[in-house]
Amino acid sequence: MNKIKNLADLKKLQSEVQSKIKLRENGNHPESVVQIKVSMATCGIASGAKEIMTYMIDELDHQGIDSVVTQTGCMGYCYAEPTIELTIPGQQPVVYGFVTKTKAHEIIEKHIKLNEMLDGIIPVTYLLIDN
Amino acid sequence: MEMINLTIDNKPVVVPYGTTILKAASGIGIDIPTLCYMKLDDMNIENKPGGCRVCVVEVKGRRNLSPACCTEVTEGMEVETHTIRAVNARRTVVELILSDHPADCLICAKSGNCDLQDMAHHLGVRKIHYEGEKSMYREDTSPAIIREIDKCIMCRRCETMCNDVQTVGVLSAVNRGFHAVVAPAFEMNLDHSVCTYCGQCVAVCPTGALTEVDETGAVIRALSDPTKTVIVQTAPAVRAALGEEFGMEAGTLVTGKMVAALRRLGFNYVFDTDFAADLTIMEEGTELLTRLSAFIAGDKKVKLPILTSCCPAWVKFFEHSFPELKDIPSTARSPQQMFGSIAKTYFADKIEVKRENLVVVSIMPCVAKKYESSRPEFSVNGNPDVDFALTTRELARLIKLGNIDFKALPNEDFDQPLGESTGAAVIFGTTGGVIEAAVRTAYEIFTGKPLPRLDFEELRGMDGLRKATIDFNGTPIHIGIAHGLGNARTLLEEIQAGTSEFHAIEIMSCPGGCIGGGGQPYHHGDAEILKKRQRAIYSEDTNKTIRKSHENPYITKLYEEFLGAPNSPKAHHLLHTKYFDRS
Amino acid sequence: MAEYTMHILVCGGTGCKASQSELIKSNFKTRLNEYGLGDEIQVVLTGCFGFCEKGPIVKILPDNTFYTQVTPEDVSEIIDEHIIKGRQVERLLYKDPETKKTVGTANGMDFYKKQIRIALRNCGFINPENIEEYIGRDGYGALGICLTEKSPDDVIRIVKESGLRGRGGGGFPTGLKWELTRKSVSDQKYVVCNADEGDPGAFMDRSILEGDPHSVIEAMAICGYCIGADKGLVYIRAEYPLAIERLKIAIRQACEYGLLGDGILGTDFNFNIEIRYGAGAFVCGEETALIHSMEGHRGEPSVKPPFPAEKGYNGKPTNVNNVETFANIPVIINKGSAWFASIGTEKSKGTKVFALAGNINNVGLIEVPMGITLREIIYDIGGGIKDGREFKAVQTGGPSGGCLTKSFLDTPIDYDNLVAAGSMMGSGGMIVLDDTSCMVAIAKFYLEFTLDESCGKCTPCRIGNKRLYEILEKITDGKGTKEDLSRLRMLSNVIKDTSLCGLGQTSPNPVLSTLDHFYDEYLAHVTTSSCPAGQCKALVHYTIDAEHCTGCTLCFRNCPVGAISGEKRSAHYIDQSLCIKCGVCFEKCKFDAVLIA
Repeated sequence: MNKIKNLADLKKLQSEVQSKIKLRENGNHPESVVQIKVSMATCGIASGAKEIMTYMIDELDHQGIDSVVTQTGCMGYCYAEPTIELTIPGQQPVVYGFVTKTKAHEIIEKHIKLNEMLDGIIPVTYLLIDN
Repeated sequence: MEMINLTIDNKPVVVPYGTTILKAASGIGIDIPTLCYMKLDDMNIENKPGGCRVCVVEVKGRRNLSPACCTEVTEGMEVETHTIRAVNARRTVVELILSDHPADCLICAKSGNCDLQDMAHHLGVRKIHYEGEKSMYREDTSPAIIREIDKCIMCRRCETMCNDVQTVGVLSAVNRGFHAVVAPAFEMNLDHSVCTYCGQCVAVCPTGALTEVDETGAVIRALSDPTKTVIVQTAPAVRAALGEEFGMEAGTLVTGKMVAALRRLGFNYVFDTDFAADLTIMEEGTELLTRLSAFIAGDKKVKLPILTSCCPAWVKFFEHSFPELKDIPSTARSPQQMFGSIAKTYFADKIEVKRENLVVVSIMPCVAKKYESSRPEFSVNGNPDVDFALTTRELARLIKLGNIDFKALPNEDFDQPLGESTGAAVIFGTTGGVIEAAVRTAYEIFTGKPLPRLDFEELRGMDGLRKATIDFNGTPIHIGIAHGLGNARTLLEEIQAGTSEFHAIEIMSCPGGCIGGGGQPYHHGDAEILKKRQRAIYSEDTNKTIRKSHENPYITKLYEEFLGAPNSPKAHHLLHTKYFDRS
Repeated sequence: MAEYTMHILVCGGTGCKASQSELIKSNFKTRLNEYGLGDEIQVVLTGCFGFCEKGPIVKILPDNTFYTQVTPEDVSEIIDEHIIKGRQVERLLYKDPETKKTVGTANGMDFYKKQIRIALRNCGFINPENIEEYIGRDGYGALGICLTEKSPDDVIRIVKESGLRGRGGGGFPTGLKWELTRKSVSDQKYVVCNADEGDPGAFMDRSILEGDPHSVIEAMAICGYCIGADKGLVYIRAEYPLAIERLKIAIRQACEYGLLGDGILGTDFNFNIEIRYGAGAFVCGEETALIHSMEGHRGEPSVKPPFPAEKGYNGKPTNVNNVETFANIPVIINKGSAWFASIGTEKSKGTKVFALAGNINNVGLIEVPMGITLREIIYDIGGGIKDGREFKAVQTGGPSGGCLTKSFLDTPIDYDNLVAAGSMMGSGGMIVLDDTSCMVAIAKFYLEFTLDESCGKCTPCRIGNKRLYEILEKITDGKGTKEDLSRLRMLSNVIKDTSLCGLGQTSPNPVLSTLDHFYDEYLAHVTTSSCPAGQCKALVHYTIDAEHCTGCTLCFRNCPVGAISGEKRSAHYIDQSLCIKCGVCFEKCKFDAVLIA
């Protein structure tokens, strides 16, 4: 390892390594960042949820959007896999079905960045036990 | 110097910055009691661990009581020394110490001389409100010192002497909490340690935890044995201090009364170690001159500086710590041992008493002399040259046992032939004295000229390390003096490093030399007492008609009749010794 | 650079390590590699999460799932269920003892809700053996700012303004201490980190060094810059092997990265750190004793002044701060003094780490804002008293702190309130006692500790505490008198008033505070020879209530000395002359027929 010779070096290294643990920081305060849950049960994985998840993680990171992308179990919308649940801070979560890479790109560009709802939102059909 | 204003017991006082409350108070006649604290003024010896907590006083604005001995004054400080809170704390602390102390004051060796006893009396402690477990330790007896550390009150004075002053490092606090006590490492016996038996721990111990081995009983038995001829020798420093044991002012010379007392005690002959001191000068001075002449003649192998060898604690110190230097000290035995050797040969022959029936007792200001007399090389077929070495304090005990009113005694003279001495021998009792005595003789023999003046003021004083240059007829002789083994260590390290400038060095283990010896009446931390004893020694020297060792007629006679010449083979056999590596 | 999509944090604190957390970590790695997920999911051994009651802890991010009491065998299930299928493993989640509901995330746990983690910010979050993770968390940024943008006086002003006080127990203002050391003129000065944590049960310093050693290193360097020292020493007890190991790694990495050594960050500031080992003497936590110990002398305190700021290690000006104090410094620099001062009470700013122990549900390490109440700590964070018993007292401040009663439950905790209440902050031990505790025995217990740990230098601590202990022993043996109670108080006050160092000055606190708050209990011991809590063996008698005894013989069979007799299916009887009061019959009886009186 090269020595850190000055403050600029330190800052450079800091920005390099920051992203490595960003996920933990965001995980500690998920309510303050964009949360995406990818349904990753058997049907989700079979229909390509894994690729969608990887794509979203890479793309959000690439664009520098603070976010938490996690996998979750079956949401019950097996007919519409892959499905993702998107929570913008301060808003109710929404679920998108039939998410392809193109769709995912659109969700990021429109919904996450501009807060414009897109087609393909699956209406809430049940309440969580907590509520 | 920055001055500080404060009040103590509502009296305003102005003292320099850095003054302690204790000192500031004593300046205006307020005597705050202390127990662990000890300071020997002008000698750079101070023990102030702040441990006993007897000297606590109330300082306005402070949450806790403050120890006066180690709290420095601050501007505007308001001190009260005898509030009920302070007095209660002080008494409680002393009661606590007493609650962990053997209550055998009546039969304790230190009774009457015990600082703790005095403190309990001073504070009017009449009841000990606390009881419980008492510390129990085994007693440790060595050839010179007895440790009864049940009586240790953790004042740490001995530790200061052993570590800071003497740099011997045998005694230090061990264990924790209630079991904390001052002891050698691993609580080993003193005689297994590097202890030099200098006795400075004994000299400063406030209680009976450290005392000398008491041999008065053995001496009384010898005195009452009709088959024995018992002779006694008295070291120079004894006469300057013995009077204190009988309430006389420190520095009172009691030579004549001491001789009278010894005679009344039944000693067959009362002699003087000073005689042997003169003999030491002849031997050691000759050795110095031999080495010096060789050095001046260009002999590169000659061992210089020569170091004096009168002090047994110092001898043991270098045997342990500087064994590689053991060829440097003079091989001359100490005066005590020279006396013993001559007494059991020359004198025994003279009075036709067999060696076995002649008992030599010495009175020494020293506890290490007990150890020295027990060294195997100083005995012949198991019969020691000196049978018993008593301290000044033990002699006082003997005199009291002998029902002798010391103060009322007439002055008497020593017996002959081993009782005659010169002023040079007397000053052996103080730091700088041996080397001054040696210079008086060496100068005259070396130069063949009489000394223009006898008092070498430059060699005198109380500084721990002193040096002087004496002009030996164009040859400058550099002389060093150290008292206290810590100071000795400094000079020895210079010798080791090859940077020593000296030709001759006098070393005495005890601060002040023998006048401050571990066997002297307790000074209780008062350095003035040592200075008064020193003045007494010098005045005895001044009052002597003969003040140079080589002019002692009995010494001349001894060489003529018995030894031949200084450093002769016979002299070597009887008056010199060798040293051992004890590292 | 490939980024991990998921992080599995496994606690590598001493407690969890003892419960095989390293094996858990390696099991995770092996299994993930088997699934080919080794590059996607990162497994990290972190410092302590604080929730030691239920260790080993495994935390999964980004979904923040908090698994407790995980065994190496549970790893497969976590991977199969949670990682692959996205389903939390229900049985490993924390279960709220009150509501009995499982809580899926750390944020959902009451244990964490009221905590603010400043000193512990990185514990359980980063890999302490990887300096880059620390740097990723703004690490060494504070040092960078100090060295390049601020003068030492600026930094000292920030620390002063933050109101940070020494977390080792004394509560001396840290900025002021730095200023005093800065003002001392000398060719050499030292920064010393006191990691000689000695309070029984306290382990905050250990956790910080194990979980976030770089924060201490960074702070020491900042302190060195401020006071003008180029040498730092960490005095750490040799019984902390993991903390020592992590600290060594951290120092080595900091040197490699040029964050320690000469010319740090291109400036002319040099700073190096050495580790010194203590042998675990409690008194060596006292700064003068610590310094004497480092110098190779007997570890005992000396009278102050002179303070270490004037004459410390090797006679040179020395600034001694405790681990937790240092851990606060980088955050204060980064976030500003105003931010820090906004947390806490008027005179005690920021947070304090406490080691929660005793009869409480959630034993562990917590960091809470100053000013929080004992009630919040004990009931909200601590989950209340074990076994649904009654709260009796809480002992704060380590062995020389005091016991606080119910009436202090709503007192905001800070340095001054605790002292006013007869206890102290200490280094942050907090031991909760329930109604089965005898307060005389508790006082005796703590005093026994200080008795053992006293250096023995000064009389009141050496002998006074011993006598104090003996009086307490007399009381718990049923031989005490009313006079003993006043003697206890009087002696306690003298010991406080006259002892040389903080250890002795505080050692009677447990006695005085229990005398103040539980005098009746003392009185019962000396007047009616009874121990209300039934703990003092000498005062307790076990008897069998004939009405409730079914004659099941369980007590008879378990009594180790054969003191119980009786026929099957008829009432049993305890022979008092044989009974050794071990209490086995009481514990074994299923019918509450054994009575303590």
